[in-house]
Amino acid sequence: MSKRNWKLITLPFNKENPITVQILGICSCLAVTAQLKPALVMAMSVTVVVALANVIISLLRKTIPPRIRIIVQLVVVSMLVVLVDQVLKAYMYDVSKQLSVFVGLIITNCIVMGRLEAFAMVQKPWPSLLDGLGNGLGYSVILIVLGFVRELFGSGTLWGYPIMEKLGLYEIGYENNGLMIMPPMALILVGLIIWWHRSRNKDLCEQ
Amino acid sequence: MDYINIFIKSIFVDNMIFAFFLGMCSYLAVSKTVKTSAGLGIAVTFVLLITVPINYLLNKFFLAPGALAWISPSLAEVDLSFLSLIMFIAVIAAIVQMVEMVVEKFSPALYNSLGIFLPLIAVNCAVMSGSLFMQERGYANIGEATVFALGSGIGWFLAIVAIAAIREKLRYSHIPPALRGVGITFIITGLMGMAFMSFMGFKL
Repeated sequence: MSKRNWKLITLPFNKENPITVQILGICSCLAVTAQLKPALVMAMSVTVVVALANVIISLLRKTIPPRIRIIVQLVVVSMLVVLVDQVLKAYMYDVSKQLSVFVGLIITNCIVMGRLEAFAMVQKPWPSLLDGLGNGLGYSVILIVLGFVRELFGSGTLWGYPIMEKLGLYEIGYENNGLMIMPPMALILVGLIIWWHRSRNKDLCEQ
Repeated sequence: MDYINIFIKSIFVDNMIFAFFLGMCSYLAVSKTVKTSAGLGIAVTFVLLITVPINYLLNKFFLAPGALAWISPSLAEVDLSFLSLIMFIAVIAAIVQMVEMVVEKFSPALYNSLGIFLPLIAVNCAVMSGSLFMQERGYANIGEATVFALGSGIGWFLAIVAIAAIREKLRYSHIPPALRGVGITFIITGLMGMAFMSFMGFKL
């Protein structure tokens, strides 16, 4: 793999992270991360949709009239999301119930539209696939970190396994932090991640 | 009484931004000044108010399980609900395009002030989720669905204007450089979300 293509995958993990730098796809990242399992399922679904939609739009890019491109993009994306939704309903019904409307909202997830507009409309299919994968995975990393922290400190479990109880922390007076599973805490955690990330990369700071 | 209950509930208790974090992308991107954020808030409310009732009718007469029975009894078994995502987004994209053309024709001043935000509303999660929540919660009639749409829009409007006002004031305060801009906005939204949580369980 050439150096330029490799960058497409690695940049979204750091200087072009969809959530902390591009500020895209925030809604889903906050709403589904109270536990690790739905967070991981959501991350995988978004990665699949972004990568495939990027490839399809990139293949079609010369035939799409610019005036109606948003509708064409939405139709392609919603077709992929319907497929993901049906697969989740068939094989992981409990998680699909937990995610409720947020699977459908992948359609309006700004990461998908953002990558289609900014990258797939002007690039060849192979770089588009890599770009989609990179951005999907960059999004996944943040989701997994949030899901991990919120489930561990909010309900004392990991993937449903009662880790804090097995460690015997409750007997010495440890309490779960109920605020962690509440939605506002997700925002504050993302704010802290952004703070940490920007203090390590001074060039990302805003004036 | 039901209408007032749904209205108040969708503004405060189930606020799109503070309770569900929907429409966050434009909320964060466009909330730098009160004036533009108020324009976007009005546009979102308007689009919600049109799309939710249309999608309600679509859901009731075509998509819900057994909805096709009014055509002929033999179709009572048909369940088209797997099509709802595509149908809803198609309606929303078409309505947004139409609203854009109508506003451009009849009110160029409003069109210029909303300008770029209008087409972007098609991909605003708050609009799409208005239709999805309407389907999930199963409102009894089109009046309830419309009131719900109006309430959600007003709730979104209040949230974005509030954060824009706070951000205008924030410009004069000393924030650590790495936290400036987006970082502090996230944290403030979190704190506002906690305040809105006090409305939970509120009933008229």
